[in-house]
Amino acid sequence: MFPASRYSCQAHRCIRALKTVPTEHTAPQLYTTLHRRTCSSLSTPRITTHYTIHPRDKDPRWEGVEMERFADEADVVIVGGGPAGLSAAIRLKQLANEHEKELRVCLVEKASQIGAHTLSGACLEPSAINELFPDWKERGAPLHTPVTEDVFSILTEKHRIPVPMLPGLPMQNHGNYIVRLGNFVRWLGEQAEELGVELYPGYAAAEVLFHEDGSVKGIATNDVGIAKDGSPKDVFERGMELHAKVTMFGEGCHGHLAKQLYKKFNLRENCEPQTYAIGLKEVWMIDEKKWRPGRVEHSVGWPLNRHTYGGSFLYHLNEGEPLVALGFVSLPKLTFPGGLLIGCSPGFMNVPKIKGTHTAMKSGMLAAEAIFPKVTAESLDSETAGLHVPEYAEALKNSWVWKELYAVRNIRPSFHNYFGLYGGMVYTGIFYWILRGKEPWTLKHCGLDANQLKPAKDCTPIDYPKPDGKISFDLLSSVALSGTNHEGDQPAHLTLKDDSVPVARNLAIYDGPEQRFCPAGVYEYVPLETGDGMRLQINAQNCVHCKTCDIKDPSQNINWVVPEGGGGPAYNGM
Amino acid sequence: MHSNRYCNRIIVLPFSVLLEIRVKPDNSGVVTDGVKHSMNPFCEIAVEEAVKLKEKKLIKEVVAVSCGPQQSQETIRTALAMGADRGIHVEVAGKDYETLGPLQVSKIMAALAKKEDAQLIILGKQAIDDDCNQTGQMTAALLDWPQGTFASEVSLDGDKVKVVREIDGGLETIKISTPAVLTADLRLNTPRYATLPNIMKAKKKKIANVKPADLGVDLTSRLEVLKVEEPPQRQAGVKVETVEDLVGKLKETGRI
Repeated sequence: MFPASRYSCQAHRCIRALKTVPTEHTAPQLYTTLHRRTCSSLSTPRITTHYTIHPRDKDPRWEGVEMERFADEADVVIVGGGPAGLSAAIRLKQLANEHEKELRVCLVEKASQIGAHTLSGACLEPSAINELFPDWKERGAPLHTPVTEDVFSILTEKHRIPVPMLPGLPMQNHGNYIVRLGNFVRWLGEQAEELGVELYPGYAAAEVLFHEDGSVKGIATNDVGIAKDGSPKDVFERGMELHAKVTMFGEGCHGHLAKQLYKKFNLRENCEPQTYAIGLKEVWMIDEKKWRPGRVEHSVGWPLNRHTYGGSFLYHLNEGEPLVALGFVSLPKLTFPGGLLIGCSPGFMNVPKIKGTHTAMKSGMLAAEAIFPKVTAESLDSETAGLHVPEYAEALKNSWVWKELYAVRNIRPSFHNYFGLYGGMVYTGIFYWILRGKEPWTLKHCGLDANQLKPAKDCTPIDYPKPDGKISFDLLSSVALSGTNHEGDQPAHLTLKDDSVPVARNLAIYDGPEQRFCPAGVYEYVPLETGDGMRLQINAQNCVHCKTCDIKDPSQNINWVVPEGGGGPAYNGM
Repeated sequence: MHSNRYCNRIIVLPFSVLLEIRVKPDNSGVVTDGVKHSMNPFCEIAVEEAVKLKEKKLIKEVVAVSCGPQQSQETIRTALAMGADRGIHVEVAGKDYETLGPLQVSKIMAALAKKEDAQLIILGKQAIDDDCNQTGQMTAALLDWPQGTFASEVSLDGDKVKVVREIDGGLETIKISTPAVLTADLRLNTPRYATLPNIMKAKKKKIANVKPADLGVDLTSRLEVLKVEEPPQRQAGVKVETVEDLVGKLKETGRI
């Protein structure tokens, strides 16, 4: 805060000085000296070196470097190897086998192994998996822990108030399974490979490719071998182009390619802005005496206040060891020529149920069913080179996904009232439990998450107790547990549209919120070497790919792009 | 015996190592279930060197061999994507894999080298999960071949190999005759990325499956792991105000 005001004072003085100096000969010299001085104190050290901000065709270091890309054709390309992407791939191959058609399905995934970037509670509703693989049990799907007990409480600092879990409430979990979603996703990957899907983990989709008519042609994977300062290394290699009749984007929450597609095809023009939540999960080995396999606990209240939507979960897994998983948690247009969006990217999560896996999977399956006839058709009558499959959106509207999401559409926005959490719970009790979401109105969200921040001067800092090393741990040790790492010598993938905005705006008005909302300690405001002022330091290697910064940056200056494939967390069955 | 001017065949042994390991709660070993496997960095350098030699047309064929469970196939695929011609997967799984060490691997390598009539074996100098630094040396001994270990530079000269080795005092240059065993050190080269088009092409390259018993190798281990422990927790430092305090504290903890 102080350095920024110092700058503005200097600028002020500079302008006043200019005003009082009459038009004499000395005036221009005075102006230039003052101008130079203020400019140097206002100069920002260069932070962003990524080619999406500093294009390479204008960069002399890239002259003469071979930029041709190898291209290959598939019938369908899927971006993202999560529940949605894998379910779509599996469904496509199942249909191909049924109808005895050849279908080349390629799936790219930025994690080095399928499942390594998957993190979730998770309480899986088996509706989608029952449809995809009715024989999932015989195939060894890792659904080992059926829910046996369901507990819901309101926590205060010292007490817990139990809330009766009446049947019909969205939080009720009878018939569901506690799973380690990373393991479930890995199993889905194995099923997909068996069916002949070409899986390519370790390769991130970095760019969307377009036909001349503007429809989506496919994707290109990330280039490798670019140094931290943006120059080419000896081992530089261009990514590869994968062309497809239809490209499915299942990048998960706030996918970076989806972000580009929203803008390009105006997919969000008639819908509310997406709101997000960040979840933190830890897996603990506990004392066997306290272990109740199959027990599901949810809570709201402490440590959050009534205006913050969120709560905690605690699931007792039953996989041979006393493990518990615990943690703290608006559809756009879905299709465009050449592609469509599936899964958490457009966002099918049932918020009050805090379940999105089954709906993500179902969206992938419906997408597959919608595009199959089109990609295998003998002769196509398409207006655009990339196929447009609006039938997918229609299929969704007619499915149980839509019914489910429609019924709960008002629950999250209902928290935006004076009573906050409690108002929302009352609303849920009446309108969901009793009236099953049939009320005729649809409440609005409050706008973009990024616009919800209040200036620092209007808030009091929260005094967090120090980690005790027993049940609370410091941030960096926790980040180390995620196993996240990236090749160090590459441009930071957290790019800033304008390098001067963090200090000038985020630090000045909001006291640098990225230092607080990044769960991995990527952003730090450190003093400049010259002593006067601060600069933003980006520790890109820590990034866990949650995209909170891209979502929540009040200046919307941070643009998360994909780093070299294979980097990121290395979750093991999260 | 062949008296070729140029080496015909190189065998590289890319090993997969565990990354991000954690010690098991009962201290009997490390958690291996579901942990990410990746090619040992020194082995990447070894594969790169072999591929470079092939690109210089000094050798004809690069064969990548890996010993381990199913996942080892992925390591071989990466080597194929980097430019190896074909792969051999020596299946070792379960208990045998847990006790698989340099002695067993070098026996396998020696048997394969004879079977494949290789002129050069290149390995990484050590695996970063067990830090043994023994396999290359043992393989050379079993075959009675010369060895050029910790290689930071390799050049072929007729049927001899000139190796610049990294040693404590600096660099040592030796000349050894083929057939020979080389182990790659960090500065030998910078391995290329296995790009996606090459991974796709690698799917068409052959990987043969072999069992250790087929090679006549006995896998029994001569070692028994008694205990595995994490390194001790770093204690927080203590700040003292005066020199007297410092001396006092040092005496307290029995340092002086």
